Amino acid sequence: MKISILNGRVLIPCERSAPKDDQHGSRADLHIADGRVIAIGDPSSSPSGVLPDGWVPDRVIDARGMLVAPGLVDLAARLREPGFEYRATLESEMQAALVGGVTALVCPPDTDPPLDEPGLVEMLKHRARGLAGAHLYPLGALTVALQGTVITEMAELAEAGCVGFSQANVAIADSQVLLRALQYAKTFGFQVWLQPQDPCLARGGIVHAGPLASRMGLPGIPVIAETVALLTILELVRVTQARVHFCRLSSAAGVALVRAAKLEGLPVTCDVSVHHLHVTDQDIGWFDANHRVDPPFRSQRDRDAIRAGLEDGTVDAICSDHTPVDDDAKALPYGEAEPGTTGLELLLPLVLKWATETRTPLARAIATITTGPAAIVGVDQMAGTGAGMLAVGAVADLMIFDPDALWTVDRNSLVSQGRHSPFLGYELAGRVMTTFVAGQPIFERV
Amino acid sequence: MGTPTRDPDDPLGAVDADRAYVHLLDQLRKVLADESRSPVLVGVHSGGAWLAERLHSDLGLNSPLGYLSSAFHRDDYGSRGLPTNIKPTVLPFDVEAADLIVVDDVLFTGRTARATLNEIFDHGRPARVELAVLADRGGRELPISARFVGASVSLRGTQQLVLSQDTQGHFSFRVES
Amino acid sequence: MIRRHPQIDGQGRLRHLLSIDGLPKAMIERVLDTASAFLDVSDRTVKKLPLLRGRSVFNLFFENSTRTRTTFEIAAQRLSADVFNLNISASSASKGESLLDTIDNLAAMNADLFVVRHAQSGAPFLIAQHLDQLGKDVHVINAGDGRHEHPTQALLDAYTIRHFKKNFTGLRIALVGDILHSRVARSNIHALTTLGVPDVRAVGPATLLPGGLESMGVRVFHDMREGLRDVDVVIMLRLQNERMRGALLPSAQEYFKHYGLTPEKLAYAAPDAIVMHPGPMNRGVEIDSAVADGPQAVILSQVTFGIAVRMAVLGMIAA
Repeated sequence: MKISILNGRVLIPCERSAPKDDQHGSRADLHIADGRVIAIGDPSSSPSGVLPDGWVPDRVIDARGMLVAPGLVDLAARLREPGFEYRATLESEMQAALVGGVTALVCPPDTDPPLDEPGLVEMLKHRARGLAGAHLYPLGALTVALQGTVITEMAELAEAGCVGFSQANVAIADSQVLLRALQYAKTFGFQVWLQPQDPCLARGGIVHAGPLASRMGLPGIPVIAETVALLTILELVRVTQARVHFCRLSSAAGVALVRAAKLEGLPVTCDVSVHHLHVTDQDIGWFDANHRVDPPFRSQRDRDAIRAGLEDGTVDAICSDHTPVDDDAKALPYGEAEPGTTGLELLLPLVLKWATETRTPLARAIATITTGPAAIVGVDQMAGTGAGMLAVGAVADLMIFDPDALWTVDRNSLVSQGRHSPFLGYELAGRVMTTFVAGQPIFERV
Repeated sequence: MGTPTRDPDDPLGAVDADRAYVHLLDQLRKVLADESRSPVLVGVHSGGAWLAERLHSDLGLNSPLGYLSSAFHRDDYGSRGLPTNIKPTVLPFDVEAADLIVVDDVLFTGRTARATLNEIFDHGRPARVELAVLADRGGRELPISARFVGASVSLRGTQQLVLSQDTQGHFSFRVES
Repeated sequence: MIRRHPQIDGQGRLRHLLSIDGLPKAMIERVLDTASAFLDVSDRTVKKLPLLRGRSVFNLFFENSTRTRTTFEIAAQRLSADVFNLNISASSASKGESLLDTIDNLAAMNADLFVVRHAQSGAPFLIAQHLDQLGKDVHVINAGDGRHEHPTQALLDAYTIRHFKKNFTGLRIALVGDILHSRVARSNIHALTTLGVPDVRAVGPATLLPGGLESMGVRVFHDMREGLRDVDVVIMLRLQNERMRGALLPSAQEYFKHYGLTPEKLAYAAPDAIVMHPGPMNRGVEIDSAVADGPQAVILSQVTFGIAVRMAVLGMIAA
């Protein structure tokens, strides 16, 4: 299908901070044919790419007042299939992804059963392909049943489509097993995704261990649970040279350790959940179970350090950490409530909110959810897709969004079956109007 | 009994709280002169308590002075909740078979008097209970009457009669709408 | 989002009692004043007042406690309420019924007031907010939630202190023991700092003191003698059996040696200092019998005052 997107502002992700006039993207028309971007043109100067003579689009989309950007790449979205269909289904969550402008997503292996068998991975990928939505990149389980004793058949799982290996948030207690798992992954060049949390120091903990936990009488998870795990894993990385991606950093000390490790040249990267850019432990209010997440929201100082880490490039990517939880599991006292918050539809507006508050140029902000995460997954893993880029010749995985459209986050406006978020009731700016996968407008907001 | 009732637009007219007090005091002296009686005074917080203290002193009574709170037996708990500033009931004598004179400042609907009766009966069975008030403003909603009245006043339903006591101990009435 | 504390309604009245944290000083003082008036009811021939006549008070104790439940029952009955005791540990919750389902069922029985004790911090807030959202006119009193708060205990402790010491300003008060796990300690810290006590101290080993106490206005001591020096009130906290030996503490004996209140340690306090304990006491663990039975202990007064204070709370809320 030949599509012309006219009158919009094209936002090209930029890793370094962009010059000031890139704050709002540049006015340009964009044209799609055969599933690829064939031309991006500023009408007043020479366009890039070539529009064939006699170009007549099958469809013209007026993107006046909107931004045209690459489809988002989300490094962590739980789709709850297989096994947790009572919380959410592939259909509903893939739809939520499109509504959120996400065209590629990585899902953790903590399904039921966990993704430790190639057959499960193949079935999942097959189901996702059938839904013709975002591209799905599953992470395989690092150990069988995520139990932390027997490593999985990583080569088989990679062949089935796993882009990396992970324990989700079930840390391996036995450091020798972790060492072996990293060595084995290194053998094949696989990337290991780990959420750094020492299970013993975190044991029994529910919120960030700080003055707020003391005041609320809730058991705390100290920052050292994150740093001790980071230090251990970093030592193992030094020894094995395995590639490790740290998932969901939550503390200032954690960011500092990764910063030092990168300076040292260790093969590590990291991400943070978009919610941790905004929410602190103080936002628990009167024991609001929607506030319960893993890792917990920490102090203002930690949040500020995460923001600083994004600014100086220590933090490579922002993800949604989309974790649908059913109503019953949240209608419980805080300590019994299931951790998790909806994220796919909040990823873009919360990144925009962060960008506005910190005066981060939009091109830089969008990079944290497009090119940044794509680089983590690996561009060759994402071959045949837009891979977070917006360029002539690239597959047209992109989205059109209105950065100023205000909407209220509530049960009616959310498409995902996960309807719990610390932002319930908040008004946010930023709404996706159209999402394209391989040049097809799969989602259009009416 | 007391001075004649007055026009509601000029309710206090010639009603002077000090004069009403003197009139009340005279009536109580007559009771004390009767040797078959040995009454104990009990003041209802707060206005009745002041009055009772003054009467107790002016009558030269040796018997202990009691204080009553009507707070716990009020009939408007459901709508108004517990009153703030509850001063407690203190009855430093045996209520059983006692001869009580309850002293209050203003008698109006009779509900406070009813509540104080309930309060008394929570402590025992008195031999008799009589009511002495500085002003009776009519408007009874319950079958209650005061044996001893300082003055009668007529007021509109929306008006309130408030007793105050200055630093020298002089009483005065004012009408609040 | 800063919202109004759920225990206070739109007109500024106390609708529930969920925590001392967020209870204005004037309201605390009102409870204490009202409790004075209720104190003598136990001495009357007719030990009942009609204030809550016809109201249904449900004691929902998800965590066992005969002592607190009984005092609430006595307080409610003295106000002529009908009291129903539900020991949930023995019934529906263990069959898998969710907390809010249990609450909905009881509210459907036209309960007027729930007195709730639960092992999870924040449970009474969840209950109160759920009932408020449903538009049910049911009041909730927190009788102890996890480690979080035990508001009526702190109120009766404040009453006791006021009874013996008259004024809060100028007092030095020490809380001794397992503050980390103590809801009594947290409520007391909020009550005492709100009432203007200038010197509130926490005494205990590092393993039993939570971080962030200083931000709650408390001075921390690990040396009990120093912590008790010149204090006017000593509040001893109970040490749970399961904490006595493990990673937090090695033994009850070592704990008693350093943190048990003996006459020798009490001598460091002011000569007219009073000794309090929320009960039940572990004699020989946190407190020596000589002190518990001695002239400075006011522990039994706390129990008496506890009934009046709970009557005051019930009376103020249930209107």
